[in-house]
Amino acid sequence: MDNNKRLDLSYAQLKWDNVFKFILVVMSVILLIIVAGVLVTLVIQSSPTIKSIGIKFLWGNQWNPVTNAYGALPFLIGTLLTSFTALIISIPFSIAIGIYLGEYNTTGWLSNLLKNTIELIAAVPSIIYGFWALFVLVPIIKNFQLAIGVANYGVSVFTASIVLAVMIIPYAATLSMTLIKMVPSPLKEGAYALGATRYEVIKSVILPYTRSGLFAGVLLSLGRALGETMAVTMLIGNNSAIASSFKNIFFGLGSTMASVIANEFGEADHTLYFSALIELGLVLFFLTVIINLIGKRIISLYNNK
Amino acid sequence: MEARLKLRNTKSILFKAIVIFFAFLVTIPLIVVLLFIIKQGAMQINWHFLTNVPVPEGEKGGGIANAIVGSFLIITVASVISIPIGILTGIYLSENPGTKLSYFTGLCVDILQGVPSIIIGIVVYFWLVKPLGFSGYSGSIALAIMMLPIVIRSTEQTLLLLPPSLKEAALALGVPYHMVILKVILPCGFAGISSGIILSIARIIGETAPLLFTAFGDNHLNLNMGKAMESIPRLIYTYATSAYEEQINMAWGASFILLMIVLFLNLFTKFITKKWNIQF
Repeated sequence: MDNNKRLDLSYAQLKWDNVFKFILVVMSVILLIIVAGVLVTLVIQSSPTIKSIGIKFLWGNQWNPVTNAYGALPFLIGTLLTSFTALIISIPFSIAIGIYLGEYNTTGWLSNLLKNTIELIAAVPSIIYGFWALFVLVPIIKNFQLAIGVANYGVSVFTASIVLAVMIIPYAATLSMTLIKMVPSPLKEGAYALGATRYEVIKSVILPYTRSGLFAGVLLSLGRALGETMAVTMLIGNNSAIASSFKNIFFGLGSTMASVIANEFGEADHTLYFSALIELGLVLFFLTVIINLIGKRIISLYNNK
Repeated sequence: MEARLKLRNTKSILFKAIVIFFAFLVTIPLIVVLLFIIKQGAMQINWHFLTNVPVPEGEKGGGIANAIVGSFLIITVASVISIPIGILTGIYLSENPGTKLSYFTGLCVDILQGVPSIIIGIVVYFWLVKPLGFSGYSGSIALAIMMLPIVIRSTEQTLLLLPPSLKEAALALGVPYHMVILKVILPCGFAGISSGIILSIARIIGETAPLLFTAFGDNHLNLNMGKAMESIPRLIYTYATSAYEEQINMAWGASFILLMIVLFLNLFTKFITKKWNIQF
């Protein structure tokens, strides 16, 4: 009698074990479904434009919902220009932070303070950066635009890039810090023993050793910059025409793929307009996903090394 | 020889100075932004501001109670959806490394982490808003999708750090597998997992883009999540570009509140991770 009860109990437990394992699998599958669902939705909803415009969509330079002319080029230019400008501004800062926190000053209150500050930069919502810049940075840029002879709206590709640069610094900075800390000390000690100065050790041991990892950090920052929506939408001016000169493109009004979606999605009134916006989203999706996956792959190679 | 050594030493010192200069220069924009928001926003905050809804354009007074309540409800539902899925998926990933499913799930987590928030917004628009209309729930789903990768990764990382002997000891005593996970592994990783959850809430509370086309907005106090709902970040976005001084001031006040919540959540996570000595 007693034995039977125990046996029943263990059968019940076995059943629950299997149920639990099944739930775990289901949850993981849900994630696959979400990602597949995102991709499928984007493809289905953008199919009207894909069918009617085709691959020309990517390099068409006209965006005019009234005449149903849809070309992504103005937004591709805007997205790549803001992101790469922001990236170039941010790289010296993030590498400097990485070297300082990873090599010069790895522990202690000052190092902790700086580390927390960097994390807070990433924590502040992008809408707040955008709002602040609208009232503080935009007037400054206005004067600057007046000085160089561009229509002085204050909002511009350049304005958006500056704010974006601040926002993406933490991503590359924290990663380079971690990687620089991981450089094996025998390598560094060997260089010191040969009489190298600290600068020489950093230049010819630490940086070459962490090169691909630093590159991955930069890629992650780039992925962030490409998809950033709110701050850019508030600061870029939202103009979907391509200006005539580089000066006007860079210091004048512009638009990114994310900002045009945020701005025009609510007012899209016919199918083709709608699906053209979704196709921009699809292009943006592939761009950010590929850049992020390459970055992540490089980092995981590092962790295995 | 002597001169060359001097040159190399000077170079080294100079380099250090440049690195320190650049590293600390970054703190300036953060300090400037924080001080500006505090200066502009703090004086807007009073009981009236927190407990009233916006008044028509151009009129004085009014508050952001609708946005505070909306954000709270949307985030709560988002957490209720994403925390169980996130933790269970995290458990699967840490318990079954190397299987095909965990490889693809891991890949999907990485992909999801990189997807721009505006895209999540428009996709959820097609899933829920187009058939059912704007609703607080659709905003919650969008934010839940954004929370998932952070919850999953923090759960996975925390559980991987636990010594395997814990699990082995429990299994050796004849404890069934699901009890081992629920009663031994999860409680041990509690601090790490909960700090991951708080961090993910801090990340999504300021997200505006996914809410633009899902939760939309509403000037009235609304407790029904099946209808359009205001949230703090969307209120800031709408009022920041307003032509009325009063609305801009309300946006400063709302920014101040949002900033304080985000700072508090981050400090709180810091406190937990420090107390329990967790590394991510």
